[in-house]
Amino acid sequence: MLGTNLKHLEAKGEVEEVLKNDEKVMICCGRMGPMCIPVYGVMENLESRYPKIQFRDMDFDMPVASFIKDLPECSSFMGLPFTVYFKNGTVVKATTSIQNEKQIVDILDEVFKD
Amino acid sequence: MENRDLIIIGAGPAGLSGAICAGYSGFKPLVFEENMPGGLAGEIPVLENYPGIGKGSSGKDLIDRMIEQCKGTAAEIHQFEKVTKLNLEGKEKIIETDKSKYTANAVVIASGRHPSMLGVPGEKEFRGKGVSYCAVCDRVFFKNRKVTVIGEGAHAIEVALYLAESASSTILISLNPRFEAEKILVKRLEEQRINVLTGVKVKEIKGDIKVKSVVLSDKGTSDIREIETDGVFLQLEEKPNSQLARSAGIKVNKKGYIIVDEKGRTNFEGVYAVGDVTDGSVKKVITAVAQAFVAVNDIFEPVIRKK
Repeated sequence: MLGTNLKHLEAKGEVEEVLKNDEKVMICCGRMGPMCIPVYGVMENLESRYPKIQFRDMDFDMPVASFIKDLPECSSFMGLPFTVYFKNGTVVKATTSIQNEKQIVDILDEVFKD
Repeated sequence: MENRDLIIIGAGPAGLSGAICAGYSGFKPLVFEENMPGGLAGEIPVLENYPGIGKGSSGKDLIDRMIEQCKGTAAEIHQFEKVTKLNLEGKEKIIETDKSKYTANAVVIASGRHPSMLGVPGEKEFRGKGVSYCAVCDRVFFKNRKVTVIGEGAHAIEVALYLAESASSTILISLNPRFEAEKILVKRLEEQRINVLTGVKVKEIKGDIKVKSVVLSDKGTSDIREIETDGVFLQLEEKPNSQLARSAGIKVNKKGYIIVDEKGRTNFEGVYAVGDVTDGSVKKVITAVAQAFVAVNDIFEPVIRKK
């Protein structure tokens, strides 16, 4: 389990549930490493600013991570973390490797604008 | 405003060592870290040259132990809190962060260094798609694949050796014609049959959806050649994180490193700098740790004497 203050996704059922029930979801799949932790930190900071978006993390080494790893949008990814943005259960954006707050905010504002 | 005995900026080996030293002496240091503790040391695959540690530990292992040690004292770490402004005039120092404002009797700057970008076409485009800055993070994707390490110095060699353990082939492109590294590392490069290229300039990183090759030009003849690779790990010269210190009036040298004396003192009374951000000639975890202990002892020695 990842040592973050975000809600964790640890089973496929949990992933399916959040994608079914919530319109806007951001999932960061990684480890507790130097490229991943800053992204979790940004997500924690943004939770209160974007209450309509569900922010979740996922341990890259748990079986559930195959849900993210096997997405076609992540097929070329070779850098942790894999971060995927879903709208109504569909992938609308995916990034690989570290992202800073501005990059993440730009994506949120672009893909989740009402 | 909250007041502290000591505020430390940065939670790499130097900052954490300063916190441990102050904490064990009965003080309540507060450490600010805008990202994750560890800094560049957290990315060292094997911390082999640290006395008493040996081959079995990574930089992150050491950092985790340091954090545990901090927890055993009154030291406190504020992660993801960025220091935005320093007012170092007078006895009471004012430290502004993106979350609050503090005062401190002493400040230790341990903000470390950051890696440079190579700045060639393809570097940004293929980041996370074959271009990596963290071997510890991304080696898993390059098992039985061809990798290329571009960089200079001991860290680039360490990364090449680390990747060679699982890659099908490893090339090290040294941007510096001579290796400034321990002989034992250079010898291991030969033993591991890592192909070392020198005297070349990297022109471009090429690929389709992932990295496929690196384009090089010979510095002498300007001949162009392309080498196939699945991954490019960049380990370039690090630059000091001294912008905040400079804007507060702290003196730095031509390369931006903070000028300190043998105790870590800067040009402001009560303001110290330790570790990689200083103009010390040896940039190692062990020297960062030692600098921090020397500085913190200098800060608190008069107080301890009075007790």
